[in-house]
Amino acid sequence: MNTYIIKRLTAMVVTLWLIVTLTFFLMHSLPGSPFNQERTTSEAVQKNLEAFYHLDEPLLVQYGSYLKSLLTLDFGPSIKNSSQDVNDMLGRGFPISFELGLWTLLVAITSGIILGVVASLRHNGIIDYLAMTIAVVGISVPNFVMATLLIQQLAVKWPIFPVATWSSSMHMVLPILALATGPMAIIARLTRTSMLEVLTQDYIRTAKAKGLSPFKIVVKHALRNALLPVVTVLGTLAASILTGTFVIEKIFAIPGMGKYFVDSISNRDYPVIMGTTVFYSTILIVMLFLVDLMYGILDPRIKLHKKEGK
Amino acid sequence: MKKVLEVKDLYVSFTTYGGEVKAVRGVSFALNKGETLAIVGESGCGKSVTSQSIMGLIPTPPGKITGGEILFKGRDLTKLKEPELRKIRGADISMIFQDPMTALNPTMTVDEQIIEGIIQHEKLSRLEAKQKTIDILHLVGIPGPESRLKQYPHQFSGGMRQRIVIAMALVCEPEVLIADEPTTALDVTIQAQILELFKAIQEKTGVSIILITHDLGVVAQVADRIAVMYAGKIVEAGNRRDIFYKPQHPYTKGLLNSVPRLDREEAELISIAGSPPDLFSPPIGCPFAARCDYAMEVCDRVYPFKTIMNREHHVDCWLQDERAKRLLAVK
Repeated sequence: MNTYIIKRLTAMVVTLWLIVTLTFFLMHSLPGSPFNQERTTSEAVQKNLEAFYHLDEPLLVQYGSYLKSLLTLDFGPSIKNSSQDVNDMLGRGFPISFELGLWTLLVAITSGIILGVVASLRHNGIIDYLAMTIAVVGISVPNFVMATLLIQQLAVKWPIFPVATWSSSMHMVLPILALATGPMAIIARLTRTSMLEVLTQDYIRTAKAKGLSPFKIVVKHALRNALLPVVTVLGTLAASILTGTFVIEKIFAIPGMGKYFVDSISNRDYPVIMGTTVFYSTILIVMLFLVDLMYGILDPRIKLHKKEGK
Repeated sequence: MKKVLEVKDLYVSFTTYGGEVKAVRGVSFALNKGETLAIVGESGCGKSVTSQSIMGLIPTPPGKITGGEILFKGRDLTKLKEPELRKIRGADISMIFQDPMTALNPTMTVDEQIIEGIIQHEKLSRLEAKQKTIDILHLVGIPGPESRLKQYPHQFSGGMRQRIVIAMALVCEPEVLIADEPTTALDVTIQAQILELFKAIQEKTGVSIILITHDLGVVAQVADRIAVMYAGKIVEAGNRRDIFYKPQHPYTKGLLNSVPRLDREEAELISIAGSPPDLFSPPIGCPFAARCDYAMEVCDRVYPFKTIMNREHHVDCWLQDERAKRLLAVK
């Protein structure tokens, strides 16, 4: 087990390094720079600015010094907002995005699994069709449409919840709902499909033959086996939800980190682009690692380390 | 001898897109205390459906018991509600399935799978249930069960897994054990061991066994009585001696003839020509008539009456009729 974890950690570092390298050179190959926007600056000022941010140095030297600062976990200053460090920006935005994301995940996973299980138990019945209709709607309606709809209905027409911003738990309800419908629908469909398959397995019949109640059969025997495919998508889903979403955060005026992803690119704000990418990649890689560990817990046949057992 | 279980004129159908499949059509038999009754027949003859109906495990829909009674301890199981059936399943009547590779839950430890059955039916603490699990694993011949309790099914061989499945079925000391092709998925040496185990357990516990199989070799080793099923009906039944040495139905004879034998010169494997009838619309006459070498006109038109050969041996065949015997004599 330990050797497996060490191996995986090494692979994770290598992956991260590859991502950093690729992003760095791709980013610099983009036309434009942080300074040539609509406002023209004199050549001398331009030169000074570039010198200040070391942009006049050869690319490889810049790459080397970026790696060096990464090792000390320093993402550098933002070029666009010269008063801020990238670390500060992430430090302020991420906790908010993370809180929103965590609740969203919780809502999406529990309601998705319940919806999927209920649908599978009433296969081809009215409840099944109803649940799957909700799921299809959830998948096809983009979350910004869902968000505006929710605001219009539950904040403007019937002012139950606040329209936007992020301060109390009431403020959290609408963005969580808007963000959760998509993932919930995906999880519901996956759970249903995999439950339907598991329910026809011989060991379910064995469990019935033991005289167990339907509830025990579903919870103890079926669900655990049915959740494996769901766990697979959970890693990527969690990474993208936890790091914030540009659109939802924009609509609800939530000061999360979603906006940095998009703004930094149009601004050619090199340190911010690198910072957000590295941050997102790290979270994604860690999530995928956790998912792999989860497999081993959910299904004892999956051995995470080769030379054990037989 | 005391009757433990009695099936009377059982009918089971399945509704499919193609129509209604009449899988079991008027099956009757009784199971006595401590005996082994073998139900034999080829694939699709309704033997598994019969056994699953007794357990109330027919998937409904599409399956449905459309007629008859299953009497157990004076109660008709076909009339019981699901919660009452659940109390009987695993406690009074248990079942062993064909494929031990898939019959166990791959994500649960072996002890948990046995203990949950005990706790469902008996008022025992976890510790007592665990001791009972160890005892039953001893009984079915798992070496050193204490050390293997926390293992998962994939860490056992096929034969060992079938022993665990048997342990699971026997742990609540049922009166009836239904074994649906219990040795089909195992290799021959393991088969013999499992059959020995059945005999040993029966001697110790006095459990009555219904053995569903298509393997006459298995039947010859363990069965006291044999019922031969064809196209949803029991066409001949009797004790082992009568069925093996004095078979009356041409289908039974055909089955016995198709067992490969090492003591004969001919190398050719004998089979019964043709295939069983379509159960969407079963023939009104004898279902075997189309494949039968002795078929007469009456066979196609009217289902034969039951002829009683002796107290246990009976057969549904027109050849038993006096007139048929004259006809054969002329031929």
